[in-house]
Amino acid sequence: MAEITMIDAIRQAMDDELARDENVFIVGEDVGKRGGVFRATVGLFEKYGGERVIDSPLAELSIVGVGIGAALYGMRPICEIQFADFIYPAFNQIVSEAAKMCYRSNGEWTVPMVIRAPYGGGIGGGLYHSQSVEAFFAHIPGLKVVIPSNPYDAKGLLKAAVRDPNPVIYLEPKKGYRLIRGEVPDGDYTVPIGPANVTRQGSDLTVYAYGMMHYYTLQAAEKLAGEGVDVEVVDLRTLYPVDKQTVLESVRKTGKALIVHEDNLTGGYGGEIAAIIAEEAFTDLDAPVRRLCGPDVPAVPFSHPLQDWFMPNPDKIAQAMRDLAAY
Amino acid sequence: MATKVIMPQLGESVVEGTVTTWLKKEGETIAEFESLLEINTDKVDTEIPSPAGGTILKIIVPEGQTVTAGTILAWIGEPGEVLQAEPAAPPAEPVEAKPVEAKSVEAKPAEAARDLGFISPVVARLAADKKVDLTRVKGTGQGGRITKKDVLDYLEKGEKAEPAAVAAPWETPGEGDLFRPTELQFGAGEMSAAGLRQAQPATPDQPAAPAQPATPAQPAKGGEQLIPHTTMRKRIAEHMVNSKHTSPHVTTVMEADFKRVVAHYEKNKDVFARDGVKLTYTAYFAAATATALRAFPLVNSSWSDEGVMIHPQVNLAIAVSLGAEGLIVPVIPNADGLSLLGLARAIHDIATRARAHRLNPDDVRGGTFSITNHGTSGSLFATPVINQPQCAILGVGAVQKRAVVVEGDAIAVRPMVYLSLTFDHRILDGASADGFLAKIVDVLNNWPD
Repeated sequence: MAEITMIDAIRQAMDDELARDENVFIVGEDVGKRGGVFRATVGLFEKYGGERVIDSPLAELSIVGVGIGAALYGMRPICEIQFADFIYPAFNQIVSEAAKMCYRSNGEWTVPMVIRAPYGGGIGGGLYHSQSVEAFFAHIPGLKVVIPSNPYDAKGLLKAAVRDPNPVIYLEPKKGYRLIRGEVPDGDYTVPIGPANVTRQGSDLTVYAYGMMHYYTLQAAEKLAGEGVDVEVVDLRTLYPVDKQTVLESVRKTGKALIVHEDNLTGGYGGEIAAIIAEEAFTDLDAPVRRLCGPDVPAVPFSHPLQDWFMPNPDKIAQAMRDLAAY
Repeated sequence: MATKVIMPQLGESVVEGTVTTWLKKEGETIAEFESLLEINTDKVDTEIPSPAGGTILKIIVPEGQTVTAGTILAWIGEPGEVLQAEPAAPPAEPVEAKPVEAKSVEAKPAEAARDLGFISPVVARLAADKKVDLTRVKGTGQGGRITKKDVLDYLEKGEKAEPAAVAAPWETPGEGDLFRPTELQFGAGEMSAAGLRQAQPATPDQPAAPAQPATPAQPAKGGEQLIPHTTMRKRIAEHMVNSKHTSPHVTTVMEADFKRVVAHYEKNKDVFARDGVKLTYTAYFAAATATALRAFPLVNSSWSDEGVMIHPQVNLAIAVSLGAEGLIVPVIPNADGLSLLGLARAIHDIATRARAHRLNPDDVRGGTFSITNHGTSGSLFATPVINQPQCAILGVGAVQKRAVVVEGDAIAVRPMVYLSLTFDHRILDGASADGFLAKIVDVLNNWPD
């Protein structure tokens, strides 16, 4: 097994799927000749040609709209939104059309489409290149929302997303594109959409995270292990539909829950996990459910000190773990 | 913003205190630093000044209750101010709470009875499911909160210990009366010689009396009275047992001729009285002891595993009896630097304040050697218990006129006193202890005019 980066895993998944199914195609800004601004599609234009790796105009509404139309005709589009920050022009297409098609047509029509979008801060991207958008979409029945935290899941989940009969929002932690490495087996495999993954067993408290924050959470948990605190880490992987069983099993074991995400606190996805725990595991709780999230400010600041202030990091996560462990 | 009044930590080792009297009631106003309540610790009684001016919004700990240092006792603020909820710290030892007065019971009986802090949902469920009495579970969480882990640890350890406690006092290898202890079949009383005749095996149609499990604590029969331990009584008991467990005690006794001391006393007591100082024999014992401690620094010490710690200061602790209540041992720091007048004044001061329960926490700390004057109650000599972590204690007997053989083989009537020195045999051997005691005797025998 080769150790590769997140971005390589994502490219391999698309390469595999383009090769496996001729209905699969990629559409997005600069995905063709340029190979994508993050080089996710590099080489695919040359390999599969301009009709399957399509450079689109700078119009996200049309990227998704084209995807929906093609999907309704039996194609398997992979729409790339260059930064998740730019997804809002397509919001109406995603929420009102793609998400509702199957329901609205009583299952006769589905939209087997993947929307890939790099999200998250900590990369000096400032206001328009750092946003986390998962909470908007994890609110919409008819969508699936997936966020990988490592190369293995990135490849397996993307392949599963391409093969899924309904629209999948596939959000990529862009800070981890080249930072997070991991072993990925050769050959075809998928990671099913739905199940969360307990990536570290522990007994003192559970931390729920995804994407880049999961990567940091594992580092913080390692640090806490040296201090005698045994942290269990759950990588949610699929935010919608959420794997309630794994979420509840873990907190029932540890009695304490911390949710970490870089998206703003209020109305963030962590609130949903907290609510599930409060509703269904109340009598297993030994402490208040806590959240460590981005603050409620309008954007991730461009200034590096302010960006550091905004972003959760291993130190902040470790401190939140200590506080909860001590409760 | 309301201000909390917390139980202060009145000394290094003082971790709890009992609220004896509230000097203000809820709703009354108080100035900053005005005395708000009186508390009693194992060492001293003291008044607690108010940390802020305002109205007493709420008294949380009623009179008679013992709580750990840091516990919120009351809130002071503006009239009508709403208090923020804060979990109260657990009571130190609820069993030793003195009877609570009726009016404070009315105040908040529920809070007073249940100070376990916040009980989390899982702790509540575990306690209910496993029938755990949470007052017996030690809390290790924030503010002493009982965590899930604490309950699980208690269950794990408790389940091992519990069955032993509740198990039948006998083990039965099989069913039937044959295998039951006879006293359980017939009742212990019937096993006496007089009752033996009646002790026939029970027939099937004449069932045996139900077995009475032996209970360790028999209910009091008529006339017996249980005096609940006071804080001071408990601490005295702890210290005495601890001391006997800690040091190998050896007591050596010598006697001193008090002729010269008595002469000095008679000559000077009025002079001292004019200075407002009550001269007592205790001052002479203290002076002689301080001198001897300077000459024998090894006695002014404490044992540690690393070595014997010699204390640079001579801080004399003087036992003061409080009658039936107990006794307390306030300290005269740097006693070797005081004149007889200074010692007499210091002894009078601490003894007066001790009897009035007006000692400060510092007054009972840092003693390096103790003196107990058991002679005041007529005792001739005694084997006092060392005041840990000190090395030795001097017991002073009654000054008594006795016929003694003096120089020239004459028999004379002299005021004599036995001095008993109990010492830690780990630090001192008999010879060195006797050398120290002989020094005291020498100072007293040869007291200058």
